[in-house]
Amino acid sequence: MRLRAPLVLATAGLLSLTACGGSSSSDAAAGSTAGTEDAGLSGTLTVFAAASLTDVFTDLGDQLMADNPDLTVEFNFAGSSALATQIGQGAPADVFASANQTQMTVVTDAGLAEGDPTVFTENVLEIAVPEGNPADVTGIDDFGDPDLTLAVCAPDVPCGAAAEQVFEAAGVTAQPDTLEEDVRAALTKVELGEVDAALVYASDVQSAGDSVEGITFPEAEDAVNEYPIATLAAAPNPEAARAFLDLVESDAGQQALTDAGFRSPGA
Amino acid sequence: MPAPLLVPALLGVLFLVLPLVGLVVRAPWSQLLSSLAEPQIGQALRLSLVSATLATLLSLVLGVPLAWVLARSTIRGRSVLRALVTVPLVLPPVVGGVALFLVLGRQGLVGRWLFETFDYTIPFTTTAVVIAETFVAMPFLVISVEGALRAADARFEDAAATLGADRWTTFRRVTLPLVLPGVAAGAVLCWARALGEFGATITFAGNFPGTTQTMPLAVYLALQSDPEAAIVLSLVLLGVSLATLLLLRDRWLGRSGIPAA
Repeated sequence: MRLRAPLVLATAGLLSLTACGGSSSSDAAAGSTAGTEDAGLSGTLTVFAAASLTDVFTDLGDQLMADNPDLTVEFNFAGSSALATQIGQGAPADVFASANQTQMTVVTDAGLAEGDPTVFTENVLEIAVPEGNPADVTGIDDFGDPDLTLAVCAPDVPCGAAAEQVFEAAGVTAQPDTLEEDVRAALTKVELGEVDAALVYASDVQSAGDSVEGITFPEAEDAVNEYPIATLAAAPNPEAARAFLDLVESDAGQQALTDAGFRSPGA
Repeated sequence: MPAPLLVPALLGVLFLVLPLVGLVVRAPWSQLLSSLAEPQIGQALRLSLVSATLATLLSLVLGVPLAWVLARSTIRGRSVLRALVTVPLVLPPVVGGVALFLVLGRQGLVGRWLFETFDYTIPFTTTAVVIAETFVAMPFLVISVEGALRAADARFEDAAATLGADRWTTFRRVTLPLVLPGVAAGAVLCWARALGEFGATITFAGNFPGTTQTMPLAVYLALQSDPEAAIVLSLVLLGVSLATLLLLRDRWLGRSGIPAA
């Protein structure tokens, strides 16, 4: 019993020594990131991003964590409108990446963004059908067919707002069977084969691989979603937020986005 | 009342009631009437009430016999059966929705047969809403009724048997009336749970105004674009739930208001 206290102190001492030694190792890795000097970021970085950015941002987050071992990057992927509402309600986030300007405006109007948002990528809509296209969907006009089971995003979600513009441009009165609350939910319905077609982003069709086929249509160009990104004024970790933004806008980040089916801004 | 009980009880009441008070205080009372006139609210409310009631009826038809099997029969593996039946209680509702999809969806185990034979799909219909709500709410009924059955005095049933009644007659005319307060309490719980269901509904039934957009779904979506409308919807749901719970408690649940358990 009497040995306990000194033993505990000794263990605590050893542990604190190892903790001291760990933080300097990230400087060596800093040179490998695309031209960004990360002087050993630490703490937690919280990124709120549109659902369509799930795969790309997760990879970029992994890269930032690999370059900064003391940093933990956490993501909250959801419909941009839900995220904007959460930020408005005081959710602690460092970065917000929205799938359209409207939802970013909600945040900037409330004075919650730091500086001006920058557009870092664009996305267009594409029709997603299950493997083999069982319902023989050919184009956007099929979305007016009441006999087909169709999924579209809810109008307040960027994907849904774009869908409405596209339907108007094509002169189609849409007959969806469900209005999904984020684009990934719509994509899942297609992957499960539960809907005949859904209107999702080109990047989502690509991310689903073989389980989903994509059909492009000309009216998609009438509703190009610009994705703005901004650090937030109340960011708990502004350094890491800046670093993440730099990574997204760097050549490596932009390449990752275009590889995933997104478009360069202003393309 | 002893002080050590009074203080936590008071805190408990505050914890549960303050959010509701907040809802009432923050309501846009000046816009209330104009918001209520919007068709989407009427649609969502009607759909919610109808589907919750249908889900409760379905739960009664299936759940009361199930509770009887769990409480009165002597088949082996009853405890396993009870555990399986109460799984939806601990399962996150969204998981329940996904599971329903995998069985009753167009590509599902049973749904595939349904689609190929009758060209009928369940997801994205009001039927799907009822099924999703029944899945999450029925265990409440089963547990409540099973508890009531266990507590009921079996001697009445024995007496009926000695007087020549067969098991079905005994169930109908002795057991059921005896446990009616428990059944009613279970049905109310079941109805309330079905009314508030969100995760399984939005996953399995989808979201479309008039067909599958129940009140909880409407509130969730309204919160993102028009928070004031979301508060109005929430208030309506709160009012309806409160009214139903208050109306039913005294009449059917016995004088003490405690279900026989």
